[in-house]
Amino acid sequence: MTAPHTLLKSREALLLIAGTVLLGLIALRAPDFVTPGNLATVFTDSAILIILAIGQTAVILTRSIDLSVAANLALTGMAGAMLNAAHPELPVPLLVLASAGMGLGLGAVNGLLVWRIGLPSIVVTLGTLTIFRGAAFVLSGGEWVNTFQMSPAYLALPRETLLGLPVLAWLAVAVIGLAALVFTRTAAGRALYAVGGNPVAAVYAGIDAGRAVFRAFCLSGLLAGLCGYLWVSRFAVAYVDVAAGFELDVIAACVIGGVSISGGVGSVAGAVLGALFLGVIKNALPVVGVSPFWQMSISGAIIIAAVILNTRAERAKGRIILRRLDVGQEAGA
Amino acid sequence: MTMLTPNAPFAADHGRDAPPPPVRVIPDRADAPFATLLKSWEALLLALILAIFTANSLASPYFLDVWNLSDATFNFTEKAIVALALAFVILAGEIDISVAGIIALSSTIMGATAAAGLPTPVVAAAGLVAGLACGAVNGLLVTTLELPSIVATIGTMSLFRGLAYGLLGDGAYTRYPDGFSYFGQGYVWEWLSFEFAAFLALALLAGFLLHHTAFGRTVRAIGHNPTAAAFSGLRVRRVKFWLFLATGLAAGLASVMLTSRLGSTRPSIATGWELEIVTMVVLGGVSITGGVGTIPGVVLAALVMGLLTFGLGLLNVSGIIMSIIVGAMLIAVIALPILTRKLSLRLRRSAP
Repeated sequence: MTAPHTLLKSREALLLIAGTVLLGLIALRAPDFVTPGNLATVFTDSAILIILAIGQTAVILTRSIDLSVAANLALTGMAGAMLNAAHPELPVPLLVLASAGMGLGLGAVNGLLVWRIGLPSIVVTLGTLTIFRGAAFVLSGGEWVNTFQMSPAYLALPRETLLGLPVLAWLAVAVIGLAALVFTRTAAGRALYAVGGNPVAAVYAGIDAGRAVFRAFCLSGLLAGLCGYLWVSRFAVAYVDVAAGFELDVIAACVIGGVSISGGVGSVAGAVLGALFLGVIKNALPVVGVSPFWQMSISGAIIIAAVILNTRAERAKGRIILRRLDVGQEAGA
Repeated sequence: MTMLTPNAPFAADHGRDAPPPPVRVIPDRADAPFATLLKSWEALLLALILAIFTANSLASPYFLDVWNLSDATFNFTEKAIVALALAFVILAGEIDISVAGIIALSSTIMGATAAAGLPTPVVAAAGLVAGLACGAVNGLLVTTLELPSIVATIGTMSLFRGLAYGLLGDGAYTRYPDGFSYFGQGYVWEWLSFEFAAFLALALLAGFLLHHTAFGRTVRAIGHNPTAAAFSGLRVRRVKFWLFLATGLAAGLASVMLTSRLGSTRPSIATGWELEIVTMVVLGGVSITGGVGTIPGVVLAALVMGLLTFGLGLLNVSGIIMSIIVGAMLIAVIALPILTRKLSLRLRRSAP
């Protein structure tokens, strides 16, 4: 499995190479961009996308999709900000936990609808996407929660630096580490792959497929709730349209990172690299003198290119199996 | 079930620790309650429309007015026209998330041709051709390159709208030739707007195509089982390509109407429409997994969403509250038949 040539062939390695080449190209135009300090800034900028992409990866691994993450983020962010504005005396960690817990609850709603009623996840999350964002409007009455209304401690936490990196970046690192452990080393994590790879076989292997899907939605919701706090405190403002359309960026990061939309294939490392890839492009365009207005079409083109490459890779694998089967049959005959 | 019951004590006699086999009901006939409910999906939507209609006319004295109702059609016909085409794509087991992106790019291109001083027919044609071209890109990605359509069209959604942003930046096109306003603001006869007339004609065409031609049957066969369809000699890829092309054209047409109605183009035009249009199709009873659905269902769903939005608007309910209602309705309407089926299964299981 870990022989050098397979490692080199792995999607993550390819993506890493593509990312390095991209950074090299950017360095030709703007050498300052690739300094460690700036790269750390890019990582911090991408932290929220990374965290959400990891949650989305869990969902996509089980052949589902969660379109409601950005709306979940907006609702939990708004709720957290309003709670902080109303009760500045509440400790910040408690508020962070409350946001994450609320996100978990919203994710559980998605998960239950998919698991218990058996609705297609795309329909469920399309519905909850509008409901969550609508709820953010109802909750706030369409008002903004501005910087001066939130307590300084609430806003400062993600920005405080530890060992040269802001807490926001460390949180992303922690989520990456934990998720990598859970995805590869726990039964619950492996169940995600099993259910996505072959749901029927997973059930025969004794895996509760519905519960695995439910857990994936819970994780996605939990991380979206955490990001709700992070987003609002980082940008120091909460309003209804926070992160509008961000769910598609999150899915794009997963897809670029080689998470297969048909389930069962993907890794935390891939999702992180996919998110970083988008983050680098977003941050580099103004630096290399491309109008930021072109960013959207460039990321669109990259998504398409990444899907083409990934689909090719998957198909090539299928052919090899077929050929071996042919050889075996010939030998038997 | 009656066959299985005597087996349970048999297993217990052998003293096995294993739990008795789960009772399984294998129906020997179609699930009657579910099938009837599915058949009456349109009836359900129709009842919903009547309810909304009655509630609206009771709640607001301004609702029941021919001109008011005619105005009401404007806020959903453009989306509904795209929904008609998208219904075919979803019926064939694919999806197109890029429709709003196509509307934005097509509108930008129309803006550019209008800015170049070209006359109305050329401007409108440019919009339609742009839509067709975008549809062709989607079709090629999904059929020739065999990409999953949901990912491919998320990519092209960014690409198309991104091109609109790249070309237009934070600017806007606001100068359109004189006759151009007809497509979005003109009336064919009395209170019948050009938009609504076009929608009705296209709905008839789509209904005819889906329910009375071999093509419609082909589309549904592909959605039910693409592999079986391919082995039956159906040209799966070619049909899918045509469907994406048609959706691109429909988005182009919607773009002509919307641009003409607003009289201006910004890159953010029709933001979020893709989700509303998909909602419309799914609410219309088209299964997101393909194969099942009707055009009357989609038309009724468009009316439900349009009347609800308009009626609540007259009552000064904010747009975002309506989106909550539409979102909840989407989940409820899809969950309803599944829940009834589960309930009827459970009832049958508990019955002796």
